[in-house]
Amino acid sequence: MQETLLKIKNLRTSFRIGGDYFAAVDGVDLDIKKNEVFALVGESGCGKSALALSLTRLHNPNFTRIAGEVEFDGKNLLALPEAQLNVIRGRHIGMIFQDPLTALNPLIKVGHQIEETLTYHTNLVKTERKERAINLLAEVGMTNPALTYSNLPHELSGGMRQRAMIAIALACKPDLVIADEPTTALDVTIQAQILDLLRDLQREMQSSVILITHDLGVVAEMADRVAVMYAGQIVELAPVRDLFKNPLHPYTRSLLASIPSTDEEINRLHVIQGVVPELRNLPRTGCRFSHRIPWMADDIHEETPTYHEVSPGHFVLCTCYKKFDFAADNNS
Amino acid sequence: MALLEVKDLKVHFPIKGGILGRTVGWVKAVDGVSFTIEPGQTLGLVGESGSGKSTTGKAILGLTHITAGSIYFDGEDITKYIGKNRSDYRKSVQMIFQDVYSSLNPRKRVLDIIAEPIRNFEKLTKAEEEKRVHELLSIVGLTPVAAVKYPHEFSGGQRQRIGVARAIALKPRLIVADEPVSALDLSVQAQVLNYLKDIQEELGLAYLFVSHDLGVVKHMCETLAIMHNARFVELGPRKEIYTNAQHIYTRRLIAAIPDTDPDLREKNAGRRDLLSREYEENRDNFYGEGGQVYDLRPIGDGHFVAMP
Repeated sequence: MQETLLKIKNLRTSFRIGGDYFAAVDGVDLDIKKNEVFALVGESGCGKSALALSLTRLHNPNFTRIAGEVEFDGKNLLALPEAQLNVIRGRHIGMIFQDPLTALNPLIKVGHQIEETLTYHTNLVKTERKERAINLLAEVGMTNPALTYSNLPHELSGGMRQRAMIAIALACKPDLVIADEPTTALDVTIQAQILDLLRDLQREMQSSVILITHDLGVVAEMADRVAVMYAGQIVELAPVRDLFKNPLHPYTRSLLASIPSTDEEINRLHVIQGVVPELRNLPRTGCRFSHRIPWMADDIHEETPTYHEVSPGHFVLCTCYKKFDFAADNNS
Repeated sequence: MALLEVKDLKVHFPIKGGILGRTVGWVKAVDGVSFTIEPGQTLGLVGESGSGKSTTGKAILGLTHITAGSIYFDGEDITKYIGKNRSDYRKSVQMIFQDVYSSLNPRKRVLDIIAEPIRNFEKLTKAEEEKRVHELLSIVGLTPVAAVKYPHEFSGGQRQRIGVARAIALKPRLIVADEPVSALDLSVQAQVLNYLKDIQEELGLAYLFVSHDLGVVKHMCETLAIMHNARFVELGPRKEIYTNAQHIYTRRLIAAIPDTDPDLREKNAGRRDLLSREYEENRDNFYGEGGQVYDLRPIGDGHFVAMP
């Protein structure tokens, strides 16, 4: 069994709306193993980004409450003083964001932005930092790293910007990289290049990656294990093969059925009824997916849903997966 | 007769430079593109950002000037009407936009949004207009109550359906759909795509479907055109393009689609590597001087490819 790198215990992230706090991540328990690519998948509003940003406390504390524990390297990141957390951010945990144009500083040369991380976390002197930055740019596949070093972000294409982001995230060879929709803003050919690059680097550096995406194709290409999130909870957790060969939770199965497939000729796609509920209106009791499958009888759900291990490492929330049936839906 | 025929369409934008603001060069956004769309048919236009696919769509709608070439709608050259009255054409060709948050006026009720094109062309009484809007709403699966609401009260998928209702308000014959589902979540995307297909069948619509998502395009379109560097590199029936692609660019594009079968992961990555090397080595066989895409030539079964 692989060693655990990060342990999330009963994580609950709440945002203030009006005067009240509402949990966007509602009781998540997860273990991230060493040297694995772990994917978090779900639609917008399911809480996957809220979860990822909670791990390094990147939410604005003025209107966010985070409860639970995130154990990393023997420390609880949620209780760590800011100064100590800053040592971990960037050094041990790197972040890659969706939109590299907003995540990079438009006024600072790409090379200097990579050096910034090195300045904080290493004792390298200026010339060494520059050398390391250029090496990093070469590692992420820039054809002319010395030139890119002195470019400003707007002078680079979308794919190159994302490569620069990856170079920053990997500058200190972190143990964990959190990639929040790293390829969503990119063209499909560039996406394939970036994913191939991420996987190669991950293997080489033996680090773990938490990959957040809404694209199940990206999950199938990249991940070792997958967690499917819905309404702040993990509804299914499985090794990647199990999830695609034997998806169980109604939400997972519905999502897979709504992909316009490139292999088969299907005339109509499956549509999940209703919408992802707003944060304020999240059902807090019972099976949260039940109102999206109204044609199923109420008694197939557990009153208080629990996780069921159907095969080693494959967990499903609630019992409704046993009886769930697409065909009974008359509306589609 | 083809519903829409585009012949050698070119759209070039000037680059202004120097203190006098003289034209120092040209950006060739679309550089010699020809295709036809039959009534009720869907043509998919695929390419990466910057390939000129949106500009092609805009040129057809008259939303951008045309440098050269001609566009025939129902056999009539509409380019000669530029700047003049061509209300018939404007009625027959409509657009669905990508961004559902910026394409609906936040200060107007849904009723006014959908009725706006109707008011431009038809004189209806208030009651008739309302009846028409309710009909349109029911086609896209919304209730009449929606008419008195504002756009912010709807989810992304519902907004896009309002956009669709507005586009079909004048019973058009061709709709240019520019990335209509790119901003939507998977399950919502499925819903909008299903509606687009239903409406097509019901109203006999033709679509020019612009997208970068090859899965969506395969689901929606019988014919595909792959665009790169402002020109078509390949044009043909769906099946031919997906199983028998000839141009290296098309093959790379198809190989780049993430597969939902984790077992094929290594194989796909290997194929991408191979194609990438082949692309570097054989680039000159597929592109002329300065990356110019060659003219399309037929290779049978309605399949065209840009090769020398």
